[in-house]
Amino acid sequence: MTATKAPTTLYDKVFEDHVVDRQDDGTCLLYIDRHLVHEVTSPQAFEGLRMTGRKVHAPEKTLAVVDHNIPTTDRKAGIAEEESRIQVEALAKNAKEFGVLYFDELDVRQGIVHIVGPEQGFTLPGTTIVCGDSHTSTHGAFGALAHGIGTSEVEHVLATQTLIQKKAKNMLVQVDGTLAKGVTAKDITLAIIGEIGTAGGTGSVIEYAGDAIRALTMEGRMTVCNMAIEGGARAGMVAPDEKAFAYLKGRPRAPQGAAWDEAVRYWETLRTDEGAHFDRIVKLDANNLPPIVSWGTSPEDVISVAGAVPDPEQIADEVKRASKKRALEYMGLTAGTKMTDIPLDVIWIGSCTNGRIEDLRAVAKIVEGKKIHASLDYAMVVPGSGLVKQQAEAEGIDKILIAAGFEWREPGCSMCLGMNPDQLKPGQRAASTSNRNFEGRQGYRGRTHLVSPAMAAAAALVGHFVDVRTLG
Amino acid sequence: MQPFTTLTSTPAPLKVINVDTDMIIPKQYLKTIKRTGLGTALFSEMRYKEDGSENPDFVLNQPAYRKSEILVAGDNFGCGSSREHAPWALLDFGIRCVISTSFADIFYNNCFKNGILPIKVSQEDLDKLFDDADRGSNATLTIDLESQTIKGPDGGTVTFEIDPFRKHCLLNGLDDIGLTMEKAPKIEAYEEKLKGRAWA
Repeated sequence: MTATKAPTTLYDKVFEDHVVDRQDDGTCLLYIDRHLVHEVTSPQAFEGLRMTGRKVHAPEKTLAVVDHNIPTTDRKAGIAEEESRIQVEALAKNAKEFGVLYFDELDVRQGIVHIVGPEQGFTLPGTTIVCGDSHTSTHGAFGALAHGIGTSEVEHVLATQTLIQKKAKNMLVQVDGTLAKGVTAKDITLAIIGEIGTAGGTGSVIEYAGDAIRALTMEGRMTVCNMAIEGGARAGMVAPDEKAFAYLKGRPRAPQGAAWDEAVRYWETLRTDEGAHFDRIVKLDANNLPPIVSWGTSPEDVISVAGAVPDPEQIADEVKRASKKRALEYMGLTAGTKMTDIPLDVIWIGSCTNGRIEDLRAVAKIVEGKKIHASLDYAMVVPGSGLVKQQAEAEGIDKILIAAGFEWREPGCSMCLGMNPDQLKPGQRAASTSNRNFEGRQGYRGRTHLVSPAMAAAAALVGHFVDVRTLG
Repeated sequence: MQPFTTLTSTPAPLKVINVDTDMIIPKQYLKTIKRTGLGTALFSEMRYKEDGSENPDFVLNQPAYRKSEILVAGDNFGCGSSREHAPWALLDFGIRCVISTSFADIFYNNCFKNGILPIKVSQEDLDKLFDDADRGSNATLTIDLESQTIKGPDGGTVTFEIDPFRKHCLLNGLDDIGLTMEKAPKIEAYEEKLKGRAWA
């Protein structure tokens, strides 16, 4: 009699496929297929290699790109800020010294690592991908096991092409139904975090499934997986399908010819078996999902655009109540205020969450032939990569946005975390398509509300939040 | 890496949930290319006023806690960005142990790479430890990693769980990369297998 294999999840399959060594206590050495490197979390790792006389184990499996520090204005003059310049120069030097392919700030392929990886076909289904950046979860949209690591682990991967890991738990987020027009992947991902909380996925890998996830474009799936980390999950994954294959086919680093066919045959096996065990299952109904807006200083602080700022006094636990009261105070909001009554100062569109071509198209469609509201300080669009920018310009999106009053910038992380000069001023309130509304995230004392690109565009036209579905 | 065996200190209470790594160390300090010297930047936006002077309300500025080596904090400590600058800043300030009900995965990992012990306790135990911490310099905690215990000021003991391999590495201050390099033949064997995959 042959033993029947127990049904396994997509995560189980990709994890098991990469186990190099397993200790008795379950600690595994996991092989890493792809390593993305940026300037902020890598200098100490390269320095560690230098100090110990170690080499990069597999330079061809490593891709370096500058994104966090660089200005989004014209870069030909160089980087004015000294510390940023030193960090960028350090990456260029390290990439050269250790033989790693590097896209510098003048390369059209440069952009946010999590946009560049898929764009280059460096991101592939069934691979393990790491980067010293928490939003590495983005790549899970292709059925890769992808997650953020710290700098010590960056050094470990550079030196050994492996990572010490224990198997995480399996969590399923099932999203069924059909999204209303104007409701997007961003609203799905924000609603999930609101439901499970920012620690809801801790110790787990989330698989996103259901017909609402299947119906999303690859860009949309990347938006959903990107914010898996905001729900505390180690990674987010979607089983790869025709859409994933179509997205990757012909990209520079994707397999070609016979290798492509062989790859697709393997990738098609990457799905959760019927009856596989999930430690936790969460369901979300896409049919009734409204556009979502965040009100506080944690991505779990979300509500429907039709809602009002919640009252923290209703929270029983003392520490939690104090934390949410602190959030309202930081945000300058009073409980009971309708979300649509909150006036905005800045509109910011970009990031590894929403800086792809589909996001820019969604914004252009809403603002075409219109003007941003006079009460705004400014509205800014930062494409996620040089190639996204090029594509947008080929479609005339830049002209539409500029005519509407938006600033059209060079690609990078920009105001998502404000390591470059793009920052909110104290007290400034932004509708932002980024991923974190933490205190000080987009600038000292700056106030961030997380929204979809469509909602940010709609808010730009009226100067406050508005349900994008009601715009004429 | 400095081994972690035992630690006795006045614990500092940080009664905030979801303390994110942006809060632990804001972005402007991430431009360094070194690991050291980040202690003065720890919690900088809560710790200092706009003019750069200390905010006397912040726990680590209060006399009892200025030299605390143990931080007791609300749920989900260390969420957000993967920046290892967060444990570097804690360590540089002098904090070698953080106690909470839960930690974000990446931060939790990063602690072990830097000789910091993150301890998960129940909500009930956390509330008790917050009470101890509120007593300031009148109360100390003693952490013993070998026996996996936290001894309170009144003789009470809280035990905690920790992964045996992580415990072993922390107790002995072991360097992960060195350990992994001993497994080089296994890595090479895996790479041999990969050669059969045209796309990998």
